[in-house]
Amino acid sequence: MLVITCIKQVPDTTQVKVDPVTGTLIREGVPFIMNPFDAHALEESLRLKDKYRLRVAVISMGPPNTEITLKKALAVGADEAVLLSDRVFGGADTLATSQVLAEAIKKLAQKEEVAMVICGKQTIDGDTAQVGPGIATRLGYSQLTLVDHIENVDLQAKKLKVRRKLEHRHEIVEAPLPAMISVVREINHPRYPTVPMRLMAADATVTLWDNKVMTLDEETIGLKGSATQVRKIFSPERAKGEIIGDGAKDPNEAAQLLINKLLEKNLI
Amino acid sequence: MSPNIIAYAIVFIASMAFFSWSCYRRFRLVTLGVSENRFNKIGKRIWNMLLYAFGQRRVVSRPFGVNHFVLFWCFLILMLANTEFLFNGLFPDYISLSRLPIGANYVLSFIFDIISLLALLAVCVAITRRLAFPPSYIEARSRDAFIILGMVGTLMIAFFGLQGSEIAQGTQEAARYMPVSSFVSSIFMSNASSQALDWLSTFFWWIHAITLLAFLNYLPYSKHMHIMTSIPNCFFKSLEKVTTQPREEFKKGNAFGVGQVDQFTWKGLFDSYSCTECGRCSDVCPATSTGKLLNPRLVMHDIKTNLLKNGPLITNNKKRKSLPLIGDDHEGSIAEEVIWSCTTCSACMEVCPVFIEHVPRIVDLRRHLVEMKAKFPEELLAFFENMEQRSNPWGIAPGDRAKWASEIDAKPFEAGETEYLFYVGCAGAFDARSRRVSVAIATILNAAGVSWGILGKDELCCGDSLRRLGNEFVFENMAKENVKMFTEKGIKKIITECPHCYSTLKNDYRQYGIELEVIHHAELINNLFKDGKLKLNGVIDLSNVAFHDSCYLGRYNMIYEAPRQVITSATGQAPTEMEHHHDNSFCCGAGGGRMWMEESTGKRINVARTEEALKLNSDTICVCCPYCMTMFEDGLKDKDADDRVQVLDLAEIVAKAIK
Repeated sequence: MLVITCIKQVPDTTQVKVDPVTGTLIREGVPFIMNPFDAHALEESLRLKDKYRLRVAVISMGPPNTEITLKKALAVGADEAVLLSDRVFGGADTLATSQVLAEAIKKLAQKEEVAMVICGKQTIDGDTAQVGPGIATRLGYSQLTLVDHIENVDLQAKKLKVRRKLEHRHEIVEAPLPAMISVVREINHPRYPTVPMRLMAADATVTLWDNKVMTLDEETIGLKGSATQVRKIFSPERAKGEIIGDGAKDPNEAAQLLINKLLEKNLI
Repeated sequence: MSPNIIAYAIVFIASMAFFSWSCYRRFRLVTLGVSENRFNKIGKRIWNMLLYAFGQRRVVSRPFGVNHFVLFWCFLILMLANTEFLFNGLFPDYISLSRLPIGANYVLSFIFDIISLLALLAVCVAITRRLAFPPSYIEARSRDAFIILGMVGTLMIAFFGLQGSEIAQGTQEAARYMPVSSFVSSIFMSNASSQALDWLSTFFWWIHAITLLAFLNYLPYSKHMHIMTSIPNCFFKSLEKVTTQPREEFKKGNAFGVGQVDQFTWKGLFDSYSCTECGRCSDVCPATSTGKLLNPRLVMHDIKTNLLKNGPLITNNKKRKSLPLIGDDHEGSIAEEVIWSCTTCSACMEVCPVFIEHVPRIVDLRRHLVEMKAKFPEELLAFFENMEQRSNPWGIAPGDRAKWASEIDAKPFEAGETEYLFYVGCAGAFDARSRRVSVAIATILNAAGVSWGILGKDELCCGDSLRRLGNEFVFENMAKENVKMFTEKGIKKIITECPHCYSTLKNDYRQYGIELEVIHHAELINNLFKDGKLKLNGVIDLSNVAFHDSCYLGRYNMIYEAPRQVITSATGQAPTEMEHHHDNSFCCGAGGGRMWMEESTGKRINVARTEEALKLNSDTICVCCPYCMTMFEDGLKDKDADDRVQVLDLAEIVAKAIK
């Protein structure tokens, strides 16, 4: 049985700046990383693999260099990696993305029964949290978002029990398999790759599925299949707040200023 | 006198056979280790052996070592006497001192007589020390120690008993030249009947023979195996800097680090046989002395125990290892907590009289845990990822690397235009406190007219902590990237702010085929003063500056005097010295990647060191390393002393003095 982890390669957002003139992201020289939430999704899949002897497949849609990130997934123990890459997939919003990913999952499910699809709760570049639910909806899987703990998986009875982390409470939910779960950071600590696994992954093959393989209707994917389009990206003006003192220069003075300010506002 | 030759021959042959078999069993296990060349530069090695083994150079560096020196040389000299004794028993007519020319016989008899007394006295001193003033850092009253001292003492007493009775019998030709034996004879045996004397000499002869053979056979099974191994261990001493770990070959199918005992090199195994359990390493280890589980002496002991237990299984091709090398904290296994407690300060290796290499063994074990098992304290996960993704420990955006220089005029390094690269390092670039040190260094460089530039946001971490933590794979990638960049940019001369960058660029990067002229700011400033390029604007008023030697500057690179001379120049007086200083300095607690780990067991190392500094009543502690800076500042806060004592980097003191 298969657990599929969906992964996105994202720019390391701490290093991303917005070009003030053109209003676009300056991506040049910015390293790409595995979306941090997806790293937790992958870790959870690997734990299920260890516990229930499942196989873990990772899939990602993105440009060809996404292979590097998929190899990182192989280095921590994923059994199989599929890269969905084609020019016609490009420019996709969450609707078109979930379409390609769902079709790829269907394709994998033809060969091997899928127990679960695990996604990060959102990506750090798009921040929509829509792709996971989109996949679940398209596949008709149970949809369990914001999971911070998997209570139990019963492969015989095809049932799953998870804990969802909501704003002020936890919710324990039981659902039939197959299911899509999206996870929050608190669910686990991702593992670190061993060197033999890194060396193995470096030579491993990532399966490439372009649209010749996928044969999807071009109207439903990529830019054409997207219901939304990005018009402009900009850094919002700072509406509130002020910088007081220079902590790097004189931490004592800065602390004093802060205390005064907080007292003034009756916050402490 | 001669005993029953047949009886003795049986005892002798049986003893020698058992001794040979024991040695074979022990030393065969050493050959299980990975090969390593320690036979190059024979001349240099012989010199080391003469100086450190026969000269006991390190042994005598502590007062009590003199006693060992005496015993060692007594032992060597008496080896001649004892060899004669053993073979004389077999071939009394052919092998005998009395067959030597008369003069030689007398001289040797005199020497053996005096030396035996000296040995007996040294044994008494050693027993008294262990009983009356046991040092805290060893198991002073161990059975092993008393057995061996008892044997040596018995041997000497038997010698005098035998010689004394022979003198009383009138059979000892050299009697006049054996004052001690003559004295013994005159006191105890002058009135004995010839029958009693006969009996006495036979008795002492057998006591002497049996003790000697028992001693020989006891050696391979006790810590006194060092009698056989420590002299060769000094010969096998590393001729390279032992603190620079060897590279690994990242090829599929290779194992990385050491997870079972036969993955150590043979020298690593031989080290464990050479340990005398003198405890000097434990005494100086900052981890041991602050109550951590790590004790370098016990690491060696565990390796030896593990080898003795698993070695025979491995040689018999039984793959099953009965005792894990890394495991729970029991004899023969090294606990993970032990492995992670080391600050790699190298104090243990600095004092070991026989050059046992503790730190590289610990790094070997770390490599196994990190590279093969991905098992390490959880706080290191973020550290490793930050290093790999953003090339700095905190994971700060590399674009911010040049921010420290916003107030000064720092030019980018250009080959041909600028002479030195100022390699600021991660702390110097990102840590708020150390950024002020970077500015101070820049100010000094400008004042002295040094041509320098920086790499700015292109600068990468040197990878020091990664290497010491056993993450050799990521270190190697970083080292290669740096070497590539230095080569491409034509960088040859580098000034560093941090001793860790200094040591890594200078020593470790040589393994990647680059010889850089690296200079730490303490040395550079000292040179600038010497050459008259840096002028003081009056001496600043800093009274009583306590100086702390950084491990990676001092023990790793022998830089002790340059910072002291700078302090003397800048403040007009020499720094005050803490209890531990120079090569006996005490680590701040941050080396070996400990900077990035929690310290939950025992007392904090930085607090212990800060307390030592506070004893001097100094108002300033001078450091040369960003890690030491952090550790002392934290230590002062812990001791509520940060309002009366300040920590300054050497560069900050100088920058004040040239204003």
